[in-house]
Amino acid sequence: MRKQFDFFKNIDKTLVFLFLVMIFMGWFNIFAAELKEGHQSIFDVSQNYGKQLFWIITALLLAVVILMFDAKFFPAFAWVIYGGLMVILVGVLFFGVEINASKSWFRIGGFQLQPAEFAKYATALALARYISEVKMRTLDWPARLKPLAIIALPVALIFLQNDTGTALVFAAFVLVLYREGYISGLLLTFGLIAIFLFVMTLILNEFIIIGALAVIALAGAIILRRKRREMVQLLGLFAILSVYVYSADYAFENFLQPHQKLRIEVLINEEVDLKGAGYNLNQSKIAIGSGGFWGKGYLKGTQTKFNFVPEQGTDFIFCTIGEEWGFVGSFTIIALYILFMARLLVLAERQRSAFSRVFGYSIASILFFHFAINIGMTIGMMPVIGIPLPFFSYGGSSLWGFTVMIFTFLKLDSKRLELL
Amino acid sequence: MQLNQSSNIHSKRKSIILAAMVLIGFVYLVRLFQIQVLDPSYKLSADSNVLRYVTDYPARGLIYDRNGELLVYNEAHYDLMVVPGQVRDIDTTEFCRLLGIEKELFESRLQQARDYSRFRPSIFESQISKNTFAVFQEKLFRFPGFFVQPRTLRKYTYPMAAHTFGYVGEVGPREIEQNPYYRSGDYMGISGIERSYEEQLRGKKGVRVRLVDVLNRDIGPFQEGRFDTIAIPGKDLYTTIDAKLQLYGEQLMRNKRGSIVAIEPSTGEILALVSAPGYDPNLLVGRVRNQNYHQLQQDELKPLFNRALMAQYPPGSSFKIVNTLIALQEGVINYNSSYGCGGAYHSGGITVRCRSHPSPVNVLSSIQFSCNTYSCIIFRNTLDQPNFSNMQESFNNWRRHVTSFGFGQVFGSDLAYELSGLLPTSDYYDRIYGSRGWRSLTIISLAIGQGELGTTPVQMANLAATVANRGHFFTPHIVRSIGEPDSLQARFLARNETTVDRAHFEAMAHAMQAVVDAGTGRFSHIQGITMGGKTGTVQNPHGENHSVFLAFAPVENPKIAISVVVENAGYGSTWAAPIASLMIEKYLSGQIGRQWFEQRILEASFLTNKP
Ligand SMILES: [Zn+2]
Repeated sequence: MRKQFDFFKNIDKTLVFLFLVMIFMGWFNIFAAELKEGHQSIFDVSQNYGKQLFWIITALLLAVVILMFDAKFFPAFAWVIYGGLMVILVGVLFFGVEINASKSWFRIGGFQLQPAEFAKYATALALARYISEVKMRTLDWPARLKPLAIIALPVALIFLQNDTGTALVFAAFVLVLYREGYISGLLLTFGLIAIFLFVMTLILNEFIIIGALAVIALAGAIILRRKRREMVQLLGLFAILSVYVYSADYAFENFLQPHQKLRIEVLINEEVDLKGAGYNLNQSKIAIGSGGFWGKGYLKGTQTKFNFVPEQGTDFIFCTIGEEWGFVGSFTIIALYILFMARLLVLAERQRSAFSRVFGYSIASILFFHFAINIGMTIGMMPVIGIPLPFFSYGGSSLWGFTVMIFTFLKLDSKRLELL
Repeated sequence: MQLNQSSNIHSKRKSIILAAMVLIGFVYLVRLFQIQVLDPSYKLSADSNVLRYVTDYPARGLIYDRNGELLVYNEAHYDLMVVPGQVRDIDTTEFCRLLGIEKELFESRLQQARDYSRFRPSIFESQISKNTFAVFQEKLFRFPGFFVQPRTLRKYTYPMAAHTFGYVGEVGPREIEQNPYYRSGDYMGISGIERSYEEQLRGKKGVRVRLVDVLNRDIGPFQEGRFDTIAIPGKDLYTTIDAKLQLYGEQLMRNKRGSIVAIEPSTGEILALVSAPGYDPNLLVGRVRNQNYHQLQQDELKPLFNRALMAQYPPGSSFKIVNTLIALQEGVINYNSSYGCGGAYHSGGITVRCRSHPSPVNVLSSIQFSCNTYSCIIFRNTLDQPNFSNMQESFNNWRRHVTSFGFGQVFGSDLAYELSGLLPTSDYYDRIYGSRGWRSLTIISLAIGQGELGTTPVQMANLAATVANRGHFFTPHIVRSIGEPDSLQARFLARNETTVDRAHFEAMAHAMQAVVDAGTGRFSHIQGITMGGKTGTVQNPHGENHSVFLAFAPVENPKIAISVVVENAGYGSTWAAPIASLMIEKYLSGQIGRQWFEQRILEASFLTNKP
């Protein structure tokens, strides 16, 4: 009897509990978001909410299967899984079907699967395996660049599928590399400054920004007037940033596709509105804002219930939560996410094996990226990037992908004393 | 395990990452608190107030002729819309009485709208009459969920060019799925220019967010219109059509099956595009469209079929122009080469008949008298040149010349449903006869434009334009500029060169002039206008032959090139040539001098001839 349940032993109950709470809340919300008259049953499998129940049940089965694996399987087969997924990503380019202009789906019966969702998992495994085998002492340049190659390969393949949103998610691994010392805090800061300046170039004329940089550089030069070396460095930095600002503006105008440009422009300037890109954003803000403090109540969302966005139950699912559950609901969801991610970090840090730790960080970072982008876009603080809100958005691939990731980590964690 | 010395740094980094997560969460909560709790502008003033998204449909672009005359415009009408999710407590009996519909219809339409969306508006009744509109506007407060949406319908100045304009209809489920711009109830161009220039003509819809109270009264814009988007009107199109010529062409083709295509050679602009029998474009507008469309579809004369673009005929004798030019270019004949014609061409047991004419003939007089014997000889000379190692090679050489005239391929013009016609490949003959099983004699019917050839009337008119230009053509097109009258479309400015030298074309132009002055087309000579032409009589195994004529005028400085096909009317010289001649006279001198000549055409009818 005890042997039978052996693979549930030492599984972190907090994470499992939070996980279950979120997926079932998600299911009830999809029902609310997509409810139409004449289709009243939440179990109706012709509707997305009925399908989602199918995805939830299969995801739970999948979780049990994952727990039945030997914990050593995951590091041992990390490269195999990674290689296999890359082959599938190539395959989907040839044999996949196109949905919403992205050729990134396999269709099986009435259900669709998106291999890119599982590529995150495979990449996390491969990255963990690679980093766990490198000694910090021997961290030379080639060893620093290889993780980037591991990440870049799936990103390139997913870009080819024209699924920019999912490809961007892989940026989350930067946090893992930062934690593991592959990227210094300075580099990360520079990266953030670069993004900040890029956004500023879209709002302001690039010469105004270069002027502002010049003022800062001048002030710095006055402060540093006695230290010649630092002054030279400062001026060099100013020159680099000026060139960057100028070329960033050029790149934005010339390299981004029109719809991508539009999404960023809409975010920055709410009045820009062509083709309705800002329209979705405005409607989503109206929906959330109209929820008030207590919300309108479950299934009571009114006219703003997604009669505007094409991605009713998927990317804009947070609107239903905001409208029907109000600030109380938004607070709950955000609190649940923070708790979940914090718990993941705590567990990751207590691992003895570098593999488990890196893998744990990968999941936390990916979740963080989805959370920050998806909720941020519905309230107009992030550009509209089509990625789901994990556990809440309708979609089997995403749910399966996150379930596999989380339960793989739970398995690794449960054997943390045995894994080195 | 990592070394212990670095674990301090790592724990610091862990804290930074955790702090970043908490910080983002906190920032989002502040923002959410602001829009959900603090900012009153997102609240609706009372629970029963609802937002209504009213679409502003921009006026569809107008269509002008080449002289700036308005041909297609818009007229206002009203659609009764419904948002099923907002319908409640309606006196259905009263509602149905006002609209004059049965209660069952009311229920089924409401269900249909619900199936589409509870929250997006659907058309409940399209194009309600002005009277109904007035009554409804007053009583709208009693019917929550319903409102009236202004729309526009197409109107046509003249009942002509229906095929060219095409028509506008409601979008289907496929378009809605494929193109996010379209919503149920939107209109789009279904055929003709309305289709090929849909994106320019439609403009961009706008949306106004209105607050509506519990009595279904519009109480003003939501948040002073902050969320509204402005509709952008469609762009006007300036077509290449000459309205007078088009009208005249349709008049001449009354009671006939066939087509007229007139092109301005120096630009490729289509002056007239007539497909007969046609129909009045006003028939396919608004509520009556479906019924009329069904009727036109049932009509045995196939008025919906655009013959000018989509009918493919063997070109007949007019194709001798191409074969002769190729023979000259290949050097297998020169201007002095002459052959005797005894009324037929005999070779290897095959006989191709010819009409009686003076003999012998040279290059020019062979065109003038349309001599089949001469055509067969030079065609075989072209294909049997000793410098080609096999039949395939020489045939492909011939085919390369033919395609340079625009045959066997689409032009890439702006005409919806352009066809490439038929031009066989050597592979095609290999499949039928085996790679060694065919010779020039096997495919001798190509010499006189029969056999496996199919050309559209536009391609034939383009051949006339190519001779008029002495060796090049511009892609035939129907819209010269978009938005403003004089911004020519760059894609139609490129010159397409043929593989034949100018000098040969110059000779051909004069041979074609001789056709009209003293040859097969002399009956259609116009006083005071020089004109080049070529007759064609297309053999029709099912019934009466098709009458074909190509022409351009004036010969020295051509302003118009034309192809005329009259189905089941017999010789090219008797019907197609006079029609071409009248069109040219109308276009160049603005009037017709030969009343009896015109009368004969207007009175002719070939509809009863066996097709
Ligand atoms: Zn003859």
